Amino acid sequence: MPKSLTPRLEALRDEIHGYAKEFGLDFFDTIFEMVSYDEMNMVAAYGGFPTRYPHWRWGMEYEQLAKGYEYGLSKIYELVINNDPCYAYLMESNPEVDQKLVMAHVYGHCDFFKNNFSFRHTNRRMIDDMANHATRVRRWIDKIGVEKVEDFIDRTLSLENLIDQHAPHIRRNPDPKKAEEEVKANERVEGFKVDREYMRGFINPSEFLDSQRKRVEDEKQRAKKFPERPQRDVLLFLLEHAPLEPWESDILAILRDEAYYFAPQGQTKIMNEGWASYWHSTIMTRRALKDDEIIDYADHHSGTMGTRPGAINPYKLGIELWRDIEDRWNKGRFGKEWDECDDLRARRSWDKKLGAGREKIFEVRKHYNDITFIDTFLTPEFAMEQKLFVYGFNDKRNSWEILDREFRKVKSKLLQGLTNFGQPIIEVVDGNHENRAELLLAHKHDGQDLKGDYARETLRNLQSLWRRPVNIVTRYDNKSVMLRFDGTTHSEKKVEL
Amino acid sequence: MTLKIHQDHSRFKQIVRGKIKANLRKYVQKGEMLGKKGKDAISIPIPFIDIPRFKYGHKEQGGVGQGDGEVGQQLGPGAVEPGEGQQAGQGEGDHALEVDVTLDELAQILGEELQLPNIERRQNEKIVTQKIRYTGINTTGPESLRHFKRTYKQALRRQIAAGTYDPNRPIIVPMREDRRYRSYKLQNLPETNAVIIYMMDVSGSMGDEQKEIVRIESFWLDTWLRHQYKGLESRYIIHDAVAREVDRDTFFHTRESGGTMISSAYKLCRDIILADYPKSAWNIYPFHFSDGDNWSADDTRQCIDMLRNDVLPNVNQFAYGQVESPYGSGQFIKDLREAVGDATNVALSEIADKDAIYASIKDFLGKGR
Repeated sequence: MPKSLTPRLEALRDEIHGYAKEFGLDFFDTIFEMVSYDEMNMVAAYGGFPTRYPHWRWGMEYEQLAKGYEYGLSKIYELVINNDPCYAYLMESNPEVDQKLVMAHVYGHCDFFKNNFSFRHTNRRMIDDMANHATRVRRWIDKIGVEKVEDFIDRTLSLENLIDQHAPHIRRNPDPKKAEEEVKANERVEGFKVDREYMRGFINPSEFLDSQRKRVEDEKQRAKKFPERPQRDVLLFLLEHAPLEPWESDILAILRDEAYYFAPQGQTKIMNEGWASYWHSTIMTRRALKDDEIIDYADHHSGTMGTRPGAINPYKLGIELWRDIEDRWNKGRFGKEWDECDDLRARRSWDKKLGAGREKIFEVRKHYNDITFIDTFLTPEFAMEQKLFVYGFNDKRNSWEILDREFRKVKSKLLQGLTNFGQPIIEVVDGNHENRAELLLAHKHDGQDLKGDYARETLRNLQSLWRRPVNIVTRYDNKSVMLRFDGTTHSEKKVEL
Repeated sequence: MTLKIHQDHSRFKQIVRGKIKANLRKYVQKGEMLGKKGKDAISIPIPFIDIPRFKYGHKEQGGVGQGDGEVGQQLGPGAVEPGEGQQAGQGEGDHALEVDVTLDELAQILGEELQLPNIERRQNEKIVTQKIRYTGINTTGPESLRHFKRTYKQALRRQIAAGTYDPNRPIIVPMREDRRYRSYKLQNLPETNAVIIYMMDVSGSMGDEQKEIVRIESFWLDTWLRHQYKGLESRYIIHDAVAREVDRDTFFHTRESGGTMISSAYKLCRDIILADYPKSAWNIYPFHFSDGDNWSADDTRQCIDMLRNDVLPNVNQFAYGQVESPYGSGQFIKDLREAVGDATNVALSEIADKDAIYASIKDFLGKGR
């Protein structure tokens, strides 16, 4: 069970809190709890939350974390929840210097959660809502049975990434106005109000009623061409149009809620981790560190910043970019004059002594997400200093290799990996495909093919929710194909677009 | 904080178990698990336990990395995020998630699936062994337990404090007082001991196919017996016309030509038992594999005498597995069946091919002895 802080740690927390405020960080109240390493693994398996709905994959996550810890491969240092108040966890067995570092890091995250625009619409009472979700799912389990509910969750999770990552807010119900009109249209078929029964035939002659009925029917038919525009929020579309049982709708809505809650964290990983790292390092080295703690701090910090050739470490890339921005705005290395300067020597010694760096980074942390952050602030100099490169798979040598160090390619590859959170963009195109109530999705192909076996399995899961055949148009090897699952068999055919 | 994760964890394990059970026959026959065996656990590819999504194949995608190297330089193994189509291979195989299962669990699953009875221990005497547990860090200790990182950290700390550390020439020289050692405690563990004595005919008629069968089968026998006994030793005897004791590796990779005298192996087996494994303290399991060809009826008679007089009275169970080979007459199992087939602690099994391993395991372990 988590414990509150010892008086000693409380004093440290107050100290770090003071530094964070002094540097201008602005955050919700932050509550630290002490946990054992095992509890840390549990909370981490739940994505930081003390309670989640029951599902085996948390157990899988937990097993992997626990193993990683046992084998000494990985250790979770920090966990913060975007909530008001923020919750964060400290591991009992850590030395004091680590606790300070983690606290400083956590305040960085909390500042980011509170101020970055991507989080503006997130639910700040998510801890409570997660607990409510858990209760609701448990109730359904009691009523429907664990197998069925778990099975449905498995299928829905398979579609979890099919949300509109950039939707500013969640629209849970269909447009109420439209629904009202529908009701009106149905009323119209009953004809005008009749006070005297013997007048009915005159007021509402049957030809009139028939023509009305026909019109409504036609309208419905036309409305069946839905959605009117391609819809990115596939989960919402299913929620509104799939023939789901009430319990299924409820669970789908829960999972969709949670997916939206986590979406901004996926969109700001580099910024957010970089920001927190920037602040732990600033607070520690400028204020909090004691002489005899330097080595342990440096050891821990460099461990977090470690890179390996085939991956981007968001902590490392993030902190370096923040520092680079601060440095450039301190020295005035931006704007027309800077851009147009070709003299290498002048560029190298460029320092306008603007000192605007701190202010700039605070502004940037408000208005950007990873994509716009990288797009705006990644410079050729930076990419070279940080030794960034593009890698790819060489089929002939059956290994990964460095493909390119050219700035443009590095940047576009980096952005590509961040677009839609590195996930393919998929939309609902037609919910009444071929006028047979089949579902048609389209993959907006951007040069990368879908993973075939995964796509087929996902279609299978989608079909089980839609209950009619489902199709997706995508491209394989530069040819448009339509993958189809009709409930029993998979098929594939070429299509002309 | 509620600890509900334990429910989710056991549910996960239950699912994994179910998948393993469903695929057990395949795993047993293919022997594909042998290569993935660690010290106490085995990593098993479980198909379709992860959650499929619409996503890119990573190989398709590539990415951005960070570090030194020329264009065209290969990234070392493990450099790229694991798990996503790194190994070449298309289709369903890609889909598998590797799950670590302890050998103990695997044995349980095997037991449930084959409905194996637990072994009735002949010897219940407890032998106590000691196990080392590392508990902390100490300033003294044997050099072999020196904690490298802690020692250097301590030295760096001292040098910085003393002002002798030069960041431009970062050389750290630990002194006596800087050294740190892992400290440990000894724990007593009670054990019930057992020994498996594997014997195999390696004469010319036993081909690679036959040996592969023995290898797979012995893996499962090992796993089961290890589950039943905490302390398990294995000894290996190969024979053609003469027998010798070898290590495990040699056991599976030796090929001799020449004739077959099974009695030579039984003799050696008997000697090993007499020398090292007193009946009073050990549960003893000789397993013999051959293609059923023996040099002469006379030698077979010797074998049977030795079994009756020296081996069977001393062991929990004697098992003979006859692996079908195109060259062997397959006579030996018939002779054994006739002579000792009725004995309660004899298990005989004919293994036609890999598919038969599954049933053969049951022949060997089904008696619960």
